[in-house]
Amino acid sequence: MTQLPTHTDKKLGLVIDLDTCVGCHACVISCKGWNTENYGAPLSDQDPYGADPSGTFLNRVHSYEVTPKDGAAQLIHFPKSCLHCEDAPCVTVCPTGASYKRVEDGIVLVNESDCIGCGLCAWACPYGARELDQAEGVMKKCTLCVDRIYNENLPEEDREPACVRTCPAGARHFGDLGDPASDVSVLVAERGGMDLMPEQGTKPVNQYLPPRPKDQLALPADEQIDILAPFLEPVATETKGFLSWLDKTLEKI
Amino acid sequence: MHPAPSVIIFSSFSGLGFGLLFWLGLGMPAMTGWAAFAFFVIAFGLAVGGLISSTFHLGRPERALKAFTQWKTSWLSREAWCAVAALLLMGLYAIGMIFFGQRWALPGLLGAIASLATVFTTSMIYGQLKTVPRWNTPLTPANFLSLCLAGGALLAGQVTIAVILLVVAAAVQVAAWLRGDTALRDSGTDMATATGLGNIGTVRAFEPPHTGTNYLLREFVHVVGRKHAQKLRIIAIVLMAGLPILLMLLPFNHFWGILAVLLHLAGVLCARWLFFAQAEHVVGLYYGKR
Repeated sequence: MTQLPTHTDKKLGLVIDLDTCVGCHACVISCKGWNTENYGAPLSDQDPYGADPSGTFLNRVHSYEVTPKDGAAQLIHFPKSCLHCEDAPCVTVCPTGASYKRVEDGIVLVNESDCIGCGLCAWACPYGARELDQAEGVMKKCTLCVDRIYNENLPEEDREPACVRTCPAGARHFGDLGDPASDVSVLVAERGGMDLMPEQGTKPVNQYLPPRPKDQLALPADEQIDILAPFLEPVATETKGFLSWLDKTLEKI
Repeated sequence: MHPAPSVIIFSSFSGLGFGLLFWLGLGMPAMTGWAAFAFFVIAFGLAVGGLISSTFHLGRPERALKAFTQWKTSWLSREAWCAVAALLLMGLYAIGMIFFGQRWALPGLLGAIASLATVFTTSMIYGQLKTVPRWNTPLTPANFLSLCLAGGALLAGQVTIAVILLVVAAAVQVAAWLRGDTALRDSGTDMATATGLGNIGTVRAFEPPHTGTNYLLREFVHVVGRKHAQKLRIIAIVLMAGLPILLMLLPFNHFWGILAVLLHLAGVLCARWLFFAQAEHVVGLYYGKR
């Protein structure tokens, strides 16, 4: 049913560290790879090698330039996928019951055999987390790798979403955000994790950690410390020998 | 938003069709026999044709019947129920009018209510969306319902009512446009809240996730047509209300009546195109396209 559960036992989700993300798009590729080869319809591409390629992705990395009032502009890479909202507007608009939020862990999923591809859930999502697959005609979205996290056929270290497993910068964290003692909840509390578009009232589970201040090294010139300077001092201040004589003689000419 | 022709045609034609069914259900006009047959063919043709057109934008139309299951939460599902109820009730009523020369008031009244409810549910599919601030207002159902009632009255030949309702519909339409132009700004959603980076400084989209386009950009970040939006608005309001009112004020003549209906329909189609083409979905903020 598309009625949202009043309570979920867990709130599984991602914590994305905007301070650490290097914008390599490895999470995008691993997501596309895993979700094309495993649960549900593959994520199709249209005209992939032609002049106008496009395709279905469950995770996309934007890059933003943020310019403070004083100081240099910062480039911030911004991965975005389904935020598995507590008050998910995509679920309640679904006419067929294909979209649902799980009571046991709060994951928002699409039952692809019930989806009529009307697109209304994608209209209702403010984050652009849902994409209608052009080959299959059904709605695709992040499953939080539901076929990995409980998969006992995988080694234990692989039982997390593909994007988290692959991130070389450690910018993505997975866990239960409903448990205040979990690693991810502690991280969110320490770093001041934030909701995207809080005014939309979706109560997203996924949290974003804001970039740390970047301008602490910008000291006045006389206070700047150059750790290489001692090594760049001239080695010999007093010269002697033949080359010293030659140098001085040539100077005099 | 992408102005998909199937959805524009669906909402305009079925709105007009259900509007005519509403007035027929109230017995305005209370015709029987062949005259009633002609009215009901037009009304059912517009309403059903519009509904069929709406299935063309589905990715999996063969599963459309599943859309009846989620009436508790989904306006789209409620629309399906209301449309079927309206068509069945009005079908029964039409049988009485056409074949038995009798006006069965109860199915007529219930059918009229269900017809209006169908248009209301259609409008709420758009009106409920917080993600499109331009639509997220009671003016959206007011806009759809006033056009449905005015167009229906025009088709039903209710001259005085049609003129009054056309004036009302035009006023609601202008109000919806005026409010809509500042709706995104007034919603409080901008690139700062979308990215959460607003407290560091001004946010600018530097690089999109892909060099090509995608479903989201095609569906939600349509920017064609904004250049001529003001001209199209004037054209829409003149066709939708201005000219039909003038024609209705002339001495009644069937040719002027048909012309008024056609002009009105052209105006509604133009306004409905603008309704979609001008709607700004907040996901565009992530792409810096607002």
